[in-house]
Amino acid sequence: MVKVVIWGSLRTVTDGQAEVEVEAATFKEVITQLEAIHPGLKPRIERGVSLAIDGTIYREAWFMPVKPDSEVVLMPLMVGG
Amino acid sequence: MNKIHVTTTLNGDPAEFLCEPQETLLDILRDTLGLTGAKEGCGSGDCGACSVMLDGRLVCSCLVLAAEAQGRTIETIEGMADGEKLHPLQQKFLDHAALQCGICTPGILVAAKSLLERNPDPTETEVRYWLAGNLCRCTGYDKIINAVMDAAAQMRGA
Amino acid sequence: MALDSEKRVFKVVGTRPQRPDGIDKVTGRALYGADLSAPGMLVGRLLRSPHAHARIRSIDSSAALALSGVKAIVTSDDFNSASNSFNQDVLDNCMARGTALYHGHTVAAVAASSKTVALQALKLIKVDYEILPHVTDIADAMVADAPVVQDGRGAQDAPAGTSANVTDVVAFGHGDLEAGFAKADKIVERTFRTAATHQGYIEPHACLATMGPDGKADLWCCTQGQYAVRAFCADMLGMEVSQLRVTASEIGGGFGGKTTVFIEPIALALSRKSGRPVKIVMDRDEVFKGSGPTVSSLTDVKIGMTKDGRITAAHAMLRYSGGAFPCGTIEFGAMSAFAAYDLEAVQTEGINVMTNRPREAAYRAPGAPMAIYAVESVVDELCQELGLDPLDVRLKNAAHAGTKSSYGPTFNEIGLVATLEAAKAHPHYSAPLGVNQGRGLSCGFWFNFGGNTCVSLNLNADGTVGITEGNPDIGGSRAAISQMAAEELGIGYDKIRTVIADTNSLGYNDVTDGSRVTFAVGLATIQAARDAIQKMCSRVAKLWDIDEDAVVWEDGYAKPAGANAGEFEPMSIAEIAAIANNTGGPIAGHYEVNADGAGVSFGVHLVDLEVDPETGFTTVLRYTVFQDAGKAVHPSYVEGQMQGGSVQGIGWALNEEYIYGEDGLLQNPGFLDYRVPVASDLPPIEAVILEIPNPGHPYGVRGVGETSIVPPLAALTNAVSRAIGKRMYELPMSPPKILKAIKG
Repeated sequence: MVKVVIWGSLRTVTDGQAEVEVEAATFKEVITQLEAIHPGLKPRIERGVSLAIDGTIYREAWFMPVKPDSEVVLMPLMVGG
Repeated sequence: MNKIHVTTTLNGDPAEFLCEPQETLLDILRDTLGLTGAKEGCGSGDCGACSVMLDGRLVCSCLVLAAEAQGRTIETIEGMADGEKLHPLQQKFLDHAALQCGICTPGILVAAKSLLERNPDPTETEVRYWLAGNLCRCTGYDKIINAVMDAAAQMRGA
Repeated sequence: MALDSEKRVFKVVGTRPQRPDGIDKVTGRALYGADLSAPGMLVGRLLRSPHAHARIRSIDSSAALALSGVKAIVTSDDFNSASNSFNQDVLDNCMARGTALYHGHTVAAVAASSKTVALQALKLIKVDYEILPHVTDIADAMVADAPVVQDGRGAQDAPAGTSANVTDVVAFGHGDLEAGFAKADKIVERTFRTAATHQGYIEPHACLATMGPDGKADLWCCTQGQYAVRAFCADMLGMEVSQLRVTASEIGGGFGGKTTVFIEPIALALSRKSGRPVKIVMDRDEVFKGSGPTVSSLTDVKIGMTKDGRITAAHAMLRYSGGAFPCGTIEFGAMSAFAAYDLEAVQTEGINVMTNRPREAAYRAPGAPMAIYAVESVVDELCQELGLDPLDVRLKNAAHAGTKSSYGPTFNEIGLVATLEAAKAHPHYSAPLGVNQGRGLSCGFWFNFGGNTCVSLNLNADGTVGITEGNPDIGGSRAAISQMAAEELGIGYDKIRTVIADTNSLGYNDVTDGSRVTFAVGLATIQAARDAIQKMCSRVAKLWDIDEDAVVWEDGYAKPAGANAGEFEPMSIAEIAAIANNTGGPIAGHYEVNADGAGVSFGVHLVDLEVDPETGFTTVLRYTVFQDAGKAVHPSYVEGQMQGGSVQGIGWALNEEYIYGEDGLLQNPGFLDYRVPVASDLPPIEAVILEIPNPGHPYGVRGVGETSIVPPLAALTNAVSRAIGKRMYELPMSPPKILKAIKG
């Protein structure tokens, strides 16, 4: 199981939970599981999210592996200028 | 409408063109004569990207009516190098990385050349004030000033 | 792609060769967006709303179409519905659909045989407007009964009592704020305001569109991303992307403002309708009114500190407005606000509020400058109140490897402490100050990204190399890319030519943004070079009739791996490429990737300035920038980014702002009254590059382009506040505002 940290304003759709545990071994599986457990996250995920895995931000890398003890943080999709 | 016929000297060569009364020298250089080195950044004389020399005087070509060029001498960025041989200012800009996007560069080079023709040994402050009419948004001016000072020194044989 | 594990001595990377596009740019030969013309070309001009908010009841173009020389007129009816709401917003911003949402919003466009005829035609288009109430200020737009800018866009979870203009609600942070504030010896709570500012690129938007009767089109434009332009325009015109080939011109500045489209879909629609090439060039007035400025902001920051300088709790409430559309920049503001700090208790909340102003576009580290401005000002005020040294306080609280960031992830190796220590050790920090002078400092931060990148590297029979990449060069990146290829291949920099391709020549490339090019395109170039090397070694192995792994590449030559491999003369690229036809065909390396691992970037700025107490005028006396570049491939261009961003920040702090009247109209759409820094405003800008390698790049490169715009806002605020003995809470600190503060 992987713990995914959810940012503050999204906790309204995760029943107030700051961390959601999912059964996942890759970036894609994390996202799919999050949507399954908390369907309220779907619109945000569709708009675009990234995952920070052990301190490195991965924008959209579905096959990036995730270990059970990885720090995984859900983040908005990044844009620059 | 009747266009105005203008004869002029451009970068040392005779040139002539037809223009409407309200057209600027910048319009004609770019759209009629095919010399796109001078740029329109603002159209109101605030940015200096259109700088050219008119009878040896530094002007914003967006503020000169094309018809005013009749019988006068124009020098643009395209005339600054001598064939393949760059002017020292041009070379120093490259050496000092004094350009990033380069859009302001032709105007600044024309303006700097004009300064050094009048004052071959300017102080840094004099260079900054002379170039105050040329906006650059990329470099913060630091390397531009260094390049102009270095070119001035080289041209003086210092 | 990880940092090379062996400690590397670089031969080309880290030097300062001449940039490949340099000669064209100093001679006026380089072609920018407005420099191309086509036979039979029409001039396109845009009709813009004179009102801040108005329903468009009807548009009657008949008189304009009847004018001799007018070949086509388009309105929003001439465009497809976009495939998603983001693209629809971009399109509705390009061309008003039913409602003009801001002063300058385009409502129609004309293509005619000359500029004179086009301008005449605009005057003949009759638009029947129903003027609606407008709102341009964030605070006014938030109140419950404010005029609503767009119906049905408000957020479900908007704070109680706010209007339907509130879109996008965000929050980040961790820890127990209440407990944290209880531990503080001093708490400072302040409200800060910033106005919208503009990227200020000297080159106005320009494009030339040619669509043929078969629906295929070519588009030339100045842009930070030709692939993004293709995607937007194809969607808006109902074309398949392969039908539209976009070529990026040289670009005269972008800074984020040219990562979207404004005139390009319109030029294509006019070309389609008229059957002729159409060129559109914005004038300066249009750039200010009709392109994408930054958000404006209204931010509350509350920080608690112990008397020995440890921050115990930090809270920020940020309110941004990205103009007349929902805008996600609030997320980056809320995430970056406290990023420089190692905090046990931190919370940021943010909302976006619609106003009748142009739709926001990115500007160097979008969202971060105005957030960090507020935070660094409060930290400085606390230092003043507690009598503490501002650098020591930053050092005491600085984020480092292992810090849980304010936006969630734990940091790996970062360069903030190193930049702070470099600042502390620098002579600038201890130089004496005179009367009416003040010194200020600020930290800065930006995320930096990697992104989708394709590079192709081709070997020529004379030993030269052609590199094709897909990212417009906004700061000297072609030089850096050529350097990295030269380094990897072991050949001279002068043997490499790097060009930027049109959309047909390579796979998708993300826009030039996020400080991504030296990092991501560099990484892809290195990999493409390695791919070419592997292919060359394979050819040579066949030629020598030995195993492929018995051939190595060293200093530009294929060589036998050791004495056991056999005695063979090393072969250069020229020699291998010269017989390529015989050994299997032309040799090329390529690499396509969605790169991650860009690594965050920190900077620290120091500024000394003097305020004239009689005029409120500020003279910047000394400016030093400290920033971690990971590995500076071309130090001159890294310095250039640090200097350029700093000066934009100086302009933002002292003078630049969008000024709106009561009537909702923009009052200063020109360079005279939107006053950017000029050469005589500034001292030299000293750039100190630190190199703490980024483990995510083979050479350790970090992005550098954006972070430098972040620190100046607070650095100058802190310096002015100290110079005049009064804290400042609003930008820009133009002379009338400083005088008002002095007089009290």
